[in-house]
Amino acid sequence: MSGARGSKALGAYALERLLNAVPLVLGVIVVNFLLVSLAPGDPVTALIGEYPAPPDYVERVRAQYGLDAALPERLLRYLGSVVRGDLGFSFANRQPVATLVIERLGRTLLLMLTTVVFATAVGIVLGVWAARRPHSAVDRGATGFALAGYSIPEFWLGQILILVFAVGLGWLPAGGFRSIRADYAGWAAVVDQVRHMVLPMLALSFRYMAITTRLTRASLLEVMNADYILASRARGLSERRVLWEHGLRAAALPIITVIGYNFGFIVAGSALVETVFGWPGVGRLMYDSIFTRDYPVLLGILLLVSVSVILVNLLTDVAYALFDPRVRY
Amino acid sequence: MSGRRGAAARGAHPGVPGGAGNRGVGEPEGVAARATDVPLGATPVLELRDVVTEIRGVRGLVRPVDGVSLTVRAGQVVGLVGESGSGKSMTAFSVMRLFPTKAARVTGGEILLRGGDGRVRDLRTLGPDALRAVRGREIGMIFQDPASYLNPVLTVGRQLEQQLQAHGLGQGADARIAELLTDVGLSPEVARRYAHELSGGQCQRVGIASALACRPALVVADEPTTALDVTIQAQVLRLLARLQRDQGVALLLITHDLGVVAEVCDHVYVMYAGRIVEEGPVEDLFARPRHPYTQGLLAGVLDLLEPKPIRVSIEGSVPDLVRPPSGCRFHPRCPHAMPICEREAPPLLPRDEGAALGHSACWLHDPGVVGAGVTVEPGREDGP
Amino acid sequence: MAVPVPAAARAAAVGGLAGFWRQFRRHRTGVFGLAVVVVLVLVAVFAPWLAPTDPFTTSRAALQPPGTPGHLLGTDHLGRDVLSGVIWGARVSLIVGLAAAFTATVIGILVGAVAGYFGGWADELLMRVTELFQIIPRFVLALIVVAFFGSGLVNLILVIGILSWPQTARLVRSQFLRHRTLPYVDGARVVGMRAWRIIFVEILPNVLAPVIVVASLDIAQAILLEASLGFFGLGDPNLRSWGGMLNTAQQYVRIAWWMSIFPGLAISLAVLGFNLVGDGLNEATDPRLREGA
Ligand SMILES: Nc1ncnc2c1ncn2[C@@H]1O[C@H](COP(=O)(O)OP(=O)(O)OP(=O)(O)O)[C@@H](O)[C@H]1O
Ligand code: SF4
Ligand SMILES: [Mg+2]
Repeated sequence: MSGARGSKALGAYALERLLNAVPLVLGVIVVNFLLVSLAPGDPVTALIGEYPAPPDYVERVRAQYGLDAALPERLLRYLGSVVRGDLGFSFANRQPVATLVIERLGRTLLLMLTTVVFATAVGIVLGVWAARRPHSAVDRGATGFALAGYSIPEFWLGQILILVFAVGLGWLPAGGFRSIRADYAGWAAVVDQVRHMVLPMLALSFRYMAITTRLTRASLLEVMNADYILASRARGLSERRVLWEHGLRAAALPIITVIGYNFGFIVAGSALVETVFGWPGVGRLMYDSIFTRDYPVLLGILLLVSVSVILVNLLTDVAYALFDPRVRY
Repeated sequence: MSGRRGAAARGAHPGVPGGAGNRGVGEPEGVAARATDVPLGATPVLELRDVVTEIRGVRGLVRPVDGVSLTVRAGQVVGLVGESGSGKSMTAFSVMRLFPTKAARVTGGEILLRGGDGRVRDLRTLGPDALRAVRGREIGMIFQDPASYLNPVLTVGRQLEQQLQAHGLGQGADARIAELLTDVGLSPEVARRYAHELSGGQCQRVGIASALACRPALVVADEPTTALDVTIQAQVLRLLARLQRDQGVALLLITHDLGVVAEVCDHVYVMYAGRIVEEGPVEDLFARPRHPYTQGLLAGVLDLLEPKPIRVSIEGSVPDLVRPPSGCRFHPRCPHAMPICEREAPPLLPRDEGAALGHSACWLHDPGVVGAGVTVEPGREDGP
Repeated sequence: MAVPVPAAARAAAVGGLAGFWRQFRRHRTGVFGLAVVVVLVLVAVFAPWLAPTDPFTTSRAALQPPGTPGHLLGTDHLGRDVLSGVIWGARVSLIVGLAAAFTATVIGILVGAVAGYFGGWADELLMRVTELFQIIPRFVLALIVVAFFGSGLVNLILVIGILSWPQTARLVRSQFLRHRTLPYVDGARVVGMRAWRIIFVEILPNVLAPVIVVASLDIAQAILLEASLGFFGLGDPNLRSWGGMLNTAQQYVRIAWWMSIFPGLAISLAVLGFNLVGDGLNEATDPRLREGA
């Protein structure tokens, strides 16, 4: 019933979650399709963007998506092209949307992943710190920080960080992905990259730090009242081990869930922060596409992002099951 | 020892609710056998002296343990009985100064523990690290609800291993864990299981294994079988009694079940509203209870499991320990209450000449209060 | 009412507004949030009288720092008064926040009540839709819809409202699932009360407290979302909004810090205010917390 059972049944559980996700992915595609169909004016605009395109190109798009056909047939055609990995073509950029997005995806993921790691680590430390002495000055400070972090828009925080650390103190670059003029190599290039990343990451981290802090504090306070915590103290475990091996392990479950389920918000946040810092990722592409009215890019990103949120939620469920042996699979 | 073995064997059907009250009382052969069990003068392992524990609650200060003195001698099984809310669990928690709520604290008295090295220390004045070293090593604790006292996301083996490591016994932990699990009648394979994969009885066996893991001198068990199925209760109790005897460990057993006390315990303390009202060797105390509360319990007039509210004339509500009754705390319910009972708390008086048979806290035994010769026989009174 | 109501609801009614206020007052942060909200409302209502100038009036005094005579908080690149912009922006934020949260709450209640009360396939279907709405990133979807349909005030409200109801729906559903089996609902059914009456007259008032908590947190989120859209240049072009001000400020961060500081502070305070009120309401209405306090 142990060990071997784990991996095999977990696979089945993951598969079940995956099957559950299929209707959601279909739903997302349908929402995208409805957006195209319901957009005011000629639906072809949504597929091309408001970029002057030659009439024969317009006709080609019209034919490809069957825009003259009835709605159900159009949906099927749309589904077909999405399944083939065709997210549309950005006429403004003269590139397929998929290529355009994938090109920038790495940079966005770099920003998001470092943010998640950093924010979670700091948030857990702050939350533990606060929970150890509830209602102390430290606790009140951490709680206040969490409330502020929850309310400050990340794009404004980005501007403030630029004001203070780039304009005022001159410690860090105000934006961009790396120094363009200086031709760094090797270690210097890495340092340069990191220096460009610090401020956007901080701006994006604040909210997740706040959420993680609040959550860690709350769940730890609850967990530390559990009977098994008392029992582990009665067995002679030190407070340190009680906290880290028993308390945090149980508190980790809600933290995993929140990181996973907030993934969509991290995506939105990174779009805003990338715009503030001129970080050439998917978010910045979104911002630019609004001004060029490059709708296929926006729709492509929406589809991609929604599907990745579904995937991350799925991974969250599986991670939860891994962490909590009580989840029946 | 033969008597105890007999008791354990007879423990096959203890704890049947309702009928539990009087079973085992007045079984002469059992009484006679047990009297020789542990010499009365055996070294005390644990001695509580006037221990006071306070809880700062939202509704005021409560003293669930209010001057409790209690002795557990080497190899002895000592019972602690009393109604729900009388402070039994708080007494148990006070032994290790470890409470389920941060608001509780031992504020008075001495907690003398004789360690494995023979040194006697007052746990009340021990620093946090020294206290931690005592918990789980010198004293093992068994809780009421076994499943909730195991961490659901750690394996049983890991939790036992943590305990052994915490006391510097990490080397060869695996073998020791396997041995412990075997001792409590589980397969060593259980080490890899989680609490939710085990039955209540199995969980409590793990609890017993943990309590005995570091070969302590004393085990405190707070209603170890109450949460289990009736059929399982007997098995677990028998196991506990056998291990206690085999390992010569002293056991402080808190229970609702007078039948269990009669069968397993050498000595018994009766607690009421935060105080010890009577104590003595089980056979004598059960044969000749002297305190009206004990008499009521043994006569089945008072029920440990369904305590009736004390009748307080003014409010008519169940008094909790925020405002305990004055004088003898039992007086609102006592059929023999006298004027002095309301005014002054009775001292613990010897139950016999020389106090070999324990003490009882009742004004009825004070010749200065009542004329000599007044004795209350069990079963005579008609209850509250 | 002929049908007995659960004790908790009755107790709440007996406690009344005064009792509720006594509970709410204990949480200092909640009271602070309420103060912020009250100031925000006052500023929004009296904007025309409070603002020194029209927020759109340009002047030759461009990029003046705070403290310039006549421009307490300075001017932007077109010489528009920042203070006036911040004051008028309170109107936009408040209107969008309140109206969008109201829309979301109404939709959430309808969806949640139907799903929770009737159960079965209706529940199944509605919960799938709710899940879908929860998964699609709100900001990205709102962006596209506003880009397609225009960023007028009404559009903003509708889009934000329509994208924000899932949490309320889930909450209402779980409450209805619990209440529909209670004796007072059975009683109502036995006396032949119609379903919609049971839903809205009998059950709904009993589950409203947590809904209001979520609604006030929704206001905060709606204000934040509107500001984010504004920052992306998708605010109402005919109104001066905090998000829009930060959009223009972006290009001038290096030379005119006051263009970003003040609108951003305003957003943060407004969002904080509603968040704190929500927290305070939560603690004041949660019976579990109340007993402990
Ligand atoms: N967490 C707590 N906060 C405040 N008071 C408490 C708390 N726990 C216990 N008490 C008080 O301590 C008294 C004794 O409680 P205790 O748990 O020791 O009783 P008990 O004899 O073990 O009862 P039971 O048989 O129900 O386990 C209670 O009457 C109550 O007044
Ligand atoms: S002291 Fe008085 S009230 Fe208390 S038990 Fe004895 S007779 Fe009863
Ligand atoms: Mg107890």
